[in-house]
Amino acid sequence: MSKDSFLSKKNKMLLSDPLDDNNPITVQVLGICSALAITVQLKPAVVMALSVLVVLSVANVVVSLMRKMIPSRIRIIVFLVVIATLVILVDQVLKAFVYDVSKELSVFVGLIITNCIICGRLEAFAMANPPGKAFLDGLGNSFGYGVILIIVAFFRELLGAGTLFGYPVLEKLGVYDLGYENNGMMILPPMALVTVGVLIWWQRARNEKLIENE
Amino acid sequence: MKLFKNILESVKPHFIKGGKLEKMYPAYDAFETFLFVPDHTTHSGSHIRDAVDLKRTMAFVVIALLPCIIFGMWNIGDQYFKAISESSDFMKNFIFGFWKFLPLLVVSYAVGLSVEFAFAISRGHSVNEGYLVTGMLIPLIMPVDVPLWMLAVSVVFAVVIGKEVFGGTGMNILNPALTARAFLFFAYPSYMSGDKVWAHGAGVDGYSGETILGALAADTTSWANLQWSLNDALMGFVPGSLGETSFIAILIGALILILSGVGSSRIILSTFIGGYLTALLFNLWGVNVLMSTPAHIHLLIGGFAFGAVFMTTDPVTATQTNKGKIIYGLLVGFFAIVIRVFNPAYPEGMMLAILLMNVFAPLIDHYIIGANIKKRLKRVKV
Repeated sequence: MSKDSFLSKKNKMLLSDPLDDNNPITVQVLGICSALAITVQLKPAVVMALSVLVVLSVANVVVSLMRKMIPSRIRIIVFLVVIATLVILVDQVLKAFVYDVSKELSVFVGLIITNCIICGRLEAFAMANPPGKAFLDGLGNSFGYGVILIIVAFFRELLGAGTLFGYPVLEKLGVYDLGYENNGMMILPPMALVTVGVLIWWQRARNEKLIENE
Repeated sequence: MKLFKNILESVKPHFIKGGKLEKMYPAYDAFETFLFVPDHTTHSGSHIRDAVDLKRTMAFVVIALLPCIIFGMWNIGDQYFKAISESSDFMKNFIFGFWKFLPLLVVSYAVGLSVEFAFAISRGHSVNEGYLVTGMLIPLIMPVDVPLWMLAVSVVFAVVIGKEVFGGTGMNILNPALTARAFLFFAYPSYMSGDKVWAHGAGVDGYSGETILGALAADTTSWANLQWSLNDALMGFVPGSLGETSFIAILIGALILILSGVGSSRIILSTFIGGYLTALLFNLWGVNVLMSTPAHIHLLIGGFAFGAVFMTTDPVTATQTNKGKIIYGLLVGFFAIVIRVFNPAYPEGMMLAILLMNVFAPLIDHYIIGANIKKRLKRVKV
């Protein structure tokens, strides 16, 4: 095992790579369902991003610690047990402390279990790396996921409802007096898909590493 | 024309390779080919060149639209002066409608062409003529009082998301004009539905600007009890968006399209047949007003005829094979009526039906071609 320091260049890459070059949503196109479902407003999106952060980083560490004991035949079932346990914990915490947000997210907290990013990282990274690295990988990927969620939710809430975190920004700016209207389509799920699509487009046009050569 | 030629010649050195504005060449090229027949020659291989290029095709569609446009402008004026109960004559109606239509058309072309030019310049290809028709269709399917900034937003959405992300003219999956309308419909529903938006001045003095379709979808009065006669629906003396009201004007357009070979008669006819048969079928069921409305009335009201003639025949988004065209048309007609009778919130089923079938058109072609290859392979074995 290599003995580089905790924040060596390689380990920093684990954190920064998923933010851009290897973003779980816009490059790997994983976890799309939740990105479409809970990005109508910023608040649930932020809570969702934090929940996934907790679940993914802890699950990565737990699986990484057990990686030598898990028989490869039943590894997916083991992953699911770990993830499900963590998701139930997160769900209970949300219910206890931020009940209204938990109600808003409703079934989608439970559906973190099926979020492809989590199972994907456990399979691809935690099963082959020590806990420290797995933790960083979990953090990095949840940040990559959360950033996209928050960007999409920002545009959807601002253009769809004219608010940010429930604060009526556009009304305070007085744009409604100029004849502006909220765009009802931004609230509908298809526009989340279009917004993610535009993000992917913008990212690919900007990032030379992602340009596919034919 | 000599004047234009001289102007173009004098600015040409700036745009060709090495000139100051080299990057803007697509913009120059667009103006040059719009005004004059291009003298470009092909470079390799054998090509068949026809005088009927994309530009001529598009010009024919615009000619076919003229009856609808002229009637639509008159009708806007007519509806308005009826609403405020003022007497008017032909020219007064027409001029009033013209001034209502012009801003929509200017915004549609200015915004749409700016986006097209921006993409052409950044990608370094020539500007295609596809937008000439789209830009003309968009104001024809919008409510006359739609705020201009909303129109601009929906045009940008339609051209960028509906067309340019797929690679521009000829590559789009959805019909751009309908994409613009669908965007407006879902984004700003209060400006696109209800009984106040389809005639300028509706709502004053108790005059209802309700469309026939809207009145029937309310499920209270049947066709026979409406204030409009069959003649009104045929001629188009009813509230509605600019292009859609007059069946006769659309029919003239359809003839121009079919005779010039620009529009597919297979698609147009099968759409009408599909809609008619579906409406007949629902007549047997008849649990709400729209279901029991006579089948031929269904073809006259709403955007059915306009969509069938000008939207389904878009050569890019429709099916390409002959059999596929018939299946495509029948299904558009079928879904248009199905959406109409089952979903009173979206009585204008034609728009959604065409967009839905746009998505399925490549699949239909895929199976038709596959079946044909199979059939011919069998012949080889025997």
